[in-house]
Amino acid sequence: MLFVSQLINGLQLGSIYALVALGYSMVYGIIKLLNFAHGDIIMVGGYIALFTLTFGQHPLIAAALTVAGCTVLAIVIEKLAYTPLRFAPRLSLLITAIGVSILLQNLAQYFFSATGRSFPGHLLLPQGGIALGSVQVAYTSIITILTSLISMVILTILVRRTRLGKAMRAVSEDQDAARLMGINVNSVITFTFAVGAALAGIGALMYSVRYPLMFPTMGAMLGLKAFVAAVFGGIGSIPGAMLGGYAIGMLEVLVTAVGLSGWVDGVVFMVLICVLMVRPTGIMGRSIMEKV
Amino acid sequence: MKAFTIPTPVRYGINTALLILFLIAGNAITQSGLLGRAQNAIIIQVGFFIILAVSLNLVTGYLGQLPLGHAGFMAVGAYAGALFWRAHILPETLSIVVGLLLAGVVAALFGILIGVPALRLRGDYLAIITLGFGEIIRVVLTNLDSITYGARGLLNIPRHSSFLVVYICVIISCAVIHTLMKSRHGRAILSIRENEIAAESCGVKTTYYKVMAFAVSAFFAGIAGALFAGNLGILVPANFDFMTSINILMIVVLGGLGSMFGSVVAAAVLTFLPFVLQPLADYRMIIYSLMLIIVMIFKPSGLMGSYDFSLSRILEKVIGKALSLGRDKGGKNHGKA
Repeated sequence: MLFVSQLINGLQLGSIYALVALGYSMVYGIIKLLNFAHGDIIMVGGYIALFTLTFGQHPLIAAALTVAGCTVLAIVIEKLAYTPLRFAPRLSLLITAIGVSILLQNLAQYFFSATGRSFPGHLLLPQGGIALGSVQVAYTSIITILTSLISMVILTILVRRTRLGKAMRAVSEDQDAARLMGINVNSVITFTFAVGAALAGIGALMYSVRYPLMFPTMGAMLGLKAFVAAVFGGIGSIPGAMLGGYAIGMLEVLVTAVGLSGWVDGVVFMVLICVLMVRPTGIMGRSIMEKV
Repeated sequence: MKAFTIPTPVRYGINTALLILFLIAGNAITQSGLLGRAQNAIIIQVGFFIILAVSLNLVTGYLGQLPLGHAGFMAVGAYAGALFWRAHILPETLSIVVGLLLAGVVAALFGILIGVPALRLRGDYLAIITLGFGEIIRVVLTNLDSITYGARGLLNIPRHSSFLVVYICVIISCAVIHTLMKSRHGRAILSIRENEIAAESCGVKTTYYKVMAFAVSAFFAGIAGALFAGNLGILVPANFDFMTSINILMIVVLGGLGSMFGSVVAAAVLTFLPFVLQPLADYRMIIYSLMLIIVMIFKPSGLMGSYDFSLSRILEKVIGKALSLGRDKGGKNHGKA
């Protein structure tokens, strides 16, 4: 029974990682950028939720504001910092992303102070749980898992079935060819950032409920791990990011359950390295042909 | 007109003389008690940041890879050096030298250990995997409680990082990396940065040179780590987190990728700046990160680009100009007469 509850626990954490990993994966798929600022967008989302909830807003309004805030922030970052570097070397773009990440962390530290604040999770999601046989399952776990599943289904439909999704796939395939076909590459890229950030906003809500301590660098480790999840599953691939998210979440919960909680971060990265050694582009990643 | 050149032995003479002059002046100032303890610590800090930046620049600027785990190598060196020094098994001077070498060698071994698998991957994946290794090293150091005292910190490390020791280390690391880059091997490393496939098809052993650059870089990072330990007297694994790697990267990028002079200047400026701008302490990291973004957007090659300072070249220009002026004057006078 302990195993089943750990399994649900792992699924809950894995859903959060999967949501965040999708953002990394989509952005990488479209402009080959490791968006280091993604984790910090989640941090900002967490603070938005914290403030709207403590000001007594309805949970749905708080959730909507969080998702909207993350999306707007991502668009602003994309327009100000990444668009000017569209044709710059990849290294410059990557360093800019790191710069944005540090900037967000330090702005948050300046405005919200470095001390932790506790997140009023009970205002957002109902407490308690239901008994499935002899296992007690918290509502928060169920809601987290369901929300992430629904978000992923919507995302898959968006990418596979709509015109915009087709444009996104085209741009990630070949930017120049997509431009020649009349696709507005810039707006498609901005849209991708926005979708990734909206998922991050949902992830921020779920993460804050699970780990209800907010501080300006909370997004850094979450970002790194979600990023590991994206790489693990094969960066650029949407099912890969989901799979990677669940795998990393499960792994983390299992390592903690065995009693090695101090080693969690190390084990996560170790597994990543082992996977990359065997399959350099992740489990579901396409292998890239090296061309002269 | 033939340009004036200073013969090579004279160049070396000038450089050596200047280095010794700096050494004597610096040593006199730090020993005289003119500066407080805090100021001395800053000067030492500039020293090991120079070593860190120059060694990272070898991999980032010259080899064109982006490792994000430089703090990991620094950590390995710091703990190796500190544990050796704490054992007090050799007389002091010998102990300092052996401890620093040990720190460097252990870090270089880790560099090879990490480099061989990591360098099979390219670009972003290399960045991720080095980031992962850096984090693993930190986690291991935190959990090896019996040796490293984990998060409580390794205390009572002998304070061996005097100005003299740090200065000599800075000079050696800059000189080694400079001469390496001017050699055949350096050109091989640069060719990998410019175009790996072309380099490989011209017979450059790319994997060999990548691992070599990685190992040399790790070696000096390890030495810088030991100096860091000897300066602070206490080590905690949290000293070597991801942000430390990023700070070093920031120095290299702002100074200019592939410019040793840039790295040195940026290391000095970014270490001194917080103390000069004490009133702006709250905004320091905000300003740095904005600088990083703005530099990347407007001058992606860094503030110095790939410019490298050469005293001899400047002297040659000045003397050459003076000589040609003298000749012109002589010519005119001759004409009048």
